[in-house]
Amino acid sequence: MDELDTEPPLVVVPGADPSARQLCFAWGPAEVLVCETLFGRAGGAGAAAQALTSSVAGTGDGAPSSSRVFVVRRDQDIYIQTLRKLFNESHGIFMGLQRSEEELAGKSRKAQLVQVSKNYRSVIRACMEDMHQAAISTRDPALQGQYSTQVSILSAMELIWNLCEILFVEAATAGPLLLRLLDWVRLHVCDVDSMVREVLSSESPSKHKLFWNVVDVFVLQGRMDEARHLLSKEASANPTSMNMYKILDDLMKKMPVPSLGNTQTLTELELKWQHWHEECQRYLQDGTFASNPHMESICKILLGDEDAILEKKELMTTWYHFLVTRLLYSHPTVKPVELRFYAQSSMDLFLGGESSPEPLDMILMAAFEFEMHQVIKECSIVLSNWWFVAHLTDLLDHCKLLQSHNLYFGSNMREFLLLEYASGLFSHHSLWQLGVDYFDHCPEYGRVYLELHIERIPLSTEQKALKVLRICEQRQMHEQVRSICKIMAMKALRNNRLGSALSWSIRAKDAAFATLISDRFLKDYCERGCFSDLDLIDNLGPSMLLSDRLTFLGKYREFHRLYGEKRFPEAARLLLTLMTAHIAPCSFWMTLLTDALPLLEQKEVIFSAEQTYELMRCLEDLTAGNPNKQKFQDDDIETTKVEMLRLALARNLARVIVKEGTVEGS
Amino acid sequence: QDNRISIWSAGDLGNAGLNGEYHGEPHLLCDIQHNGDVMDMQFLDQERIVVASSTGTVTIFRHHPNNQTLSADHRWEKAHYHVDQDTSCGGAACTGVVCNNPEIVTVGEDGRINLFRADQKDAVRTIDNADSSTLHAVTFLRTTEILTVNSIGQLKIWDLRQQRNEPSQIFSLAGDRVPLHCVDRHPNQQHIVATGGQDGMLSIWDIRQGTMPVSLLNAHEAEMWEVHFHPSDPDHLFTCSEDGSLWHWDTSTNVSEKPSFLHQGGRSTAYLSHSTINQSVVSAWLSNDPTKDRMEITNLIPNQTLSVNSLDVLGPCLVYGTDAEAIYVNRQLFA
Repeated sequence: MDELDTEPPLVVVPGADPSARQLCFAWGPAEVLVCETLFGRAGGAGAAAQALTSSVAGTGDGAPSSSRVFVVRRDQDIYIQTLRKLFNESHGIFMGLQRSEEELAGKSRKAQLVQVSKNYRSVIRACMEDMHQAAISTRDPALQGQYSTQVSILSAMELIWNLCEILFVEAATAGPLLLRLLDWVRLHVCDVDSMVREVLSSESPSKHKLFWNVVDVFVLQGRMDEARHLLSKEASANPTSMNMYKILDDLMKKMPVPSLGNTQTLTELELKWQHWHEECQRYLQDGTFASNPHMESICKILLGDEDAILEKKELMTTWYHFLVTRLLYSHPTVKPVELRFYAQSSMDLFLGGESSPEPLDMILMAAFEFEMHQVIKECSIVLSNWWFVAHLTDLLDHCKLLQSHNLYFGSNMREFLLLEYASGLFSHHSLWQLGVDYFDHCPEYGRVYLELHIERIPLSTEQKALKVLRICEQRQMHEQVRSICKIMAMKALRNNRLGSALSWSIRAKDAAFATLISDRFLKDYCERGCFSDLDLIDNLGPSMLLSDRLTFLGKYREFHRLYGEKRFPEAARLLLTLMTAHIAPCSFWMTLLTDALPLLEQKEVIFSAEQTYELMRCLEDLTAGNPNKQKFQDDDIETTKVEMLRLALARNLARVIVKEGTVEGS
Repeated sequence: QDNRISIWSAGDLGNAGLNGEYHGEPHLLCDIQHNGDVMDMQFLDQERIVVASSTGTVTIFRHHPNNQTLSADHRWEKAHYHVDQDTSCGGAACTGVVCNNPEIVTVGEDGRINLFRADQKDAVRTIDNADSSTLHAVTFLRTTEILTVNSIGQLKIWDLRQQRNEPSQIFSLAGDRVPLHCVDRHPNQQHIVATGGQDGMLSIWDIRQGTMPVSLLNAHEAEMWEVHFHPSDPDHLFTCSEDGSLWHWDTSTNVSEKPSFLHQGGRSTAYLSHSTINQSVVSAWLSNDPTKDRMEITNLIPNQTLSVNSLDVLGPCLVYGTDAEAIYVNRQLFA
């Protein structure tokens, strides 16, 4: 077992007091059950036997109270209302990614993957927006704090994701790499936005005290056009510095930057840049900007002077901003593999030993060093929810960047993270549906996890049960189908909804349960003398064949109907078939024979001789079956019945022999 | 569980003030907490909504447009329940509700039919054990007759004027008794009824004749949750299903097939053949001839993932909701 990277976090379970009662626990699929045992903490720890006796006596410390069970869940995030959008939308993007065809190769595939990455990021941003709105509009300070924390977490996630997109998914090469990093910084370092807005919206920006700060911000972020625009305002207000301004403006205009298209090669760029750099150097050394310290510092920045850039620490606010600015002005053609050195030195220079790097800094550093596994590992530790790492790893896997890094229990990292994430979803009363799709795309263990989880979803309404069933049926999980249908059928039976129970057993093709239901019906009939739920029995249709007992029930009801319609010969024939074909359960034979009684007593002879013999045989079988069983009280009724039957059968036989022996028309 | 009833504005034509955009996203006007899952709901009138809950309660909510709030007007607790109190809560879900102001009819998993009036505290009439299985949906056939469908594949007509607790007619599917989940009646021709089943099959019934459906159309791959005729253009039918698709069934393309000798000649057409009249009156839904009558079926959802649980259609607008917790509004249905 590997060593732990960090201390496990301490979770306090409110209400559980280990000093009062001993606690025990059990692991569930996504939670831990902690419960209070009967054993109190009487006496010292060493006297185990004594503790036992005192607790058995039950009076350890007063009246024995009922034990409580605590459910401890690790993943709270799934219950945050505003994050649900994140889960749902990202599910859609995830499914789209899994289904996208791999036939696109090379550039178009990469473009597709970059688009997917951008989609994920826009979902994160949308969520951030919602969370921000919620934070503003709520009155409760605790909630407000919670929302604000969430906003900063989401913002950090988007920052990391964006960097991973640039470095891993898009795998920007030297040249475009710098442009992407510039965009990244501009998008994410927004502490200065309010200052910028303030200056720009003031009447005469050049007179604003923060004017030069804003110009510096633009220069540091490589926003040359905006910087030049502001400077022109200053120049028009201050004609004396017109000359200086013109030169600076010219330098800024001419600065060579990498282009996205293939208009120039790296060597060309480097040459141009070298020329430009020398030109700036000359102007600086000539003392052109000596009279204006602001402009001079800008020129130094353009030359990539680290000290000059570091002076503007507050405007950059983060070491990675510093890194990108440094690269812009000293190594614009930086290659991806060189990033790590600059990153390390930038962080050291920026933090300067005053503060130690935060987890976010370590994650970004790992990204700059192209240590993907490290990034994922650090994120897993820091974040409270598996959402981020699961989706990022899946995307990187699709970029074919992760070798199958086998963890010690066999599954690879992507699958492991997806399984963890999806399992977390299953503990939610409605997000579990998303989890199903995630399990589907885990080739090794997904199915097993799904089988275990899907049976534990609480089925509060029939509609929910139907959805779960449909999921199971689509994946040929027959065991689960049977089990769920049995649960629903049993519930229905207990609530006396026999039709529902039957409909569930038909869905599961569960013959045993159908037999159970039919027995219930027959029992009801015996007790009440009439059928309940005729609409069901009369309309069984082909489902009658599901079980023998059910068939019997249907046919028996048909017998009653035929009798009611006075179609006696057919009724008689049906009755006989029911007994001779052994569809009827033995317990019911007496009832059937008793039903035959009125037919035997009819004026018309209904049963033929053959049939009468059959009936007699059935009766004999029945009575011969249990000679010693009946008690004395029952004997009376039973024997009367049997006697009556024998009499009726004999009389019928007599009449039918005569009738059949009579020759017609003579 | 935190379930809510919400009212959304899908961007009215005149109301550009709210977010300035004509084609903006629907935005939330107001919402209110609801106990239990919302199984079904319908507008009772301009301001009141009747909601059926999985706890067996039926509630009327009132929408106050002036201050954009919702309030619970009236509640019938335990409208649906199971008799055996040993089970967890004894509550049975109310699965369907239909309104015809001021009457409200509800059906539920307990096989019970309730008739309420909006202003009365107790139920006007209750048919206990109307069905031995779950009643999935209900709709009005005429003002005094209702149609219900249940989980053993039966369509029943109940006459509410009569006091006996028996359906006046029972229809069932041939073959397997597949549960029926939804029912809707043709807006103009009251003998035409459409139902959707658990196997995704759409059945069209003519209740004047026979006890079996007139046509069975193989539609979805999973449960069909809702079926709706377009209220003003009944040649169009919409169905949504667990398999994530929403289909638009269009029989209006038959128009070109109708004989056009009405337009012949320059004179006005006082002559109308008897057979022509019959043909135009008989709905395309009932005719069975596949060669003559073409039906256009389109799936309105481009990338389907999770189930479409519910839909509604009015004029050119279609709205539907999915299990991915998203609501979609299509305001140009026939464009």
